[in-house]
Amino acid sequence: MKEISEEEATNHQQTTESFKSKLKYVLVGIFFGIVFVKAEIVSWFRIQEMFRLQSFHMYGVIGTAFVVAAISTLIIKKFKIKTIYGEDVVFGKSVFHKGNIIGGLLFGFGWALTGACPGPIYGLIGSGFPVFIVALASAIAGTYMYGVFKERLPH
Amino acid sequence: MLDFLRLPWHWSIAGVLIGLTVPVLYLIGNKPFGISSTFKHICAACLPASTPYFNYNWRKETWNLFFVFGIFLGGIVGATVLANPNPIKIAAPTQADLTQLGITQFSQLEPTDIFSFTGLLTAKGFIMIVMGGFLVGFGTRYAGGCTSGHAITGLSNFQLSSLIATICFMLGGFFVTHLVLPLIFKL
Repeated sequence: MKEISEEEATNHQQTTESFKSKLKYVLVGIFFGIVFVKAEIVSWFRIQEMFRLQSFHMYGVIGTAFVVAAISTLIIKKFKIKTIYGEDVVFGKSVFHKGNIIGGLLFGFGWALTGACPGPIYGLIGSGFPVFIVALASAIAGTYMYGVFKERLPH
Repeated sequence: MLDFLRLPWHWSIAGVLIGLTVPVLYLIGNKPFGISSTFKHICAACLPASTPYFNYNWRKETWNLFFVFGIFLGGIVGATVLANPNPIKIAAPTQADLTQLGITQFSQLEPTDIFSFTGLLTAKGFIMIVMGGFLVGFGTRYAGGCTSGHAITGLSNFQLSSLIATICFMLGGFFVTHLVLPLIFKL
């Protein structure tokens, strides 16, 4: 099952980072969390508008993010831009498996119920909805169950 | 300026800023943008590594936990210093549909009749928060990523499996919104 583990988001950096140099990820996260709250992506209402096709907001956010990310990725590949540590950027390959469908549907169910994908769960805990700690604990429990039953699930 | 930043941000601004997170993470540390992996790292770090899925060098992935801790802090900033002084504006047809379902709170980012500790103790609150959260954790790991890992990072790298996963996220959401939520709200 090596193909599956390779598609997981993994750190491809060779240089090891100290606690201090990891603080830059906190900064990117803070910036990102502010965007999540200010564009109201964390809101259950915005997710409901999306699944009821009654607002363009979320489609606009995800569509624009995709275009900007795709152009940036192409530029990095084309000009072979290196990381700040001078390493070549490694782009993950993901191999299709049945989990993309079954797991994808199950996540879609959860997304409509909680109105939050994983990023917004962390943002909501900070933005005055501490009950999302319970959603986070459940998500971790769900991940644990997946890990335990993984070998018995179709992939 | 601060007054302007306190108003809700337009989707195009949010889209550009979220899209830029992908190259920023690649260039500052060779990291693929993804968030649901943090659930796995938390399991690997906190629970005994008897399950092969959680038996890996999670210490190399702690950057991801730093990142989501930042999202939590950003949430605090967004809800305090930059908090929107006005009630949230919800699309009129959505508000009408949700009123019909039984939602009564429409002023905050979340309907607090469900997403609060009192709401958690109701049948619908329990299903939406606890079962919903469980499905988010189980489903994203089974699918190999969430909205960030598949719908943004994977799609922007033109991965077919990410396109399939993204379509399934949407199909699952449509199904629950239109066919399951009405049943839950009858409880």
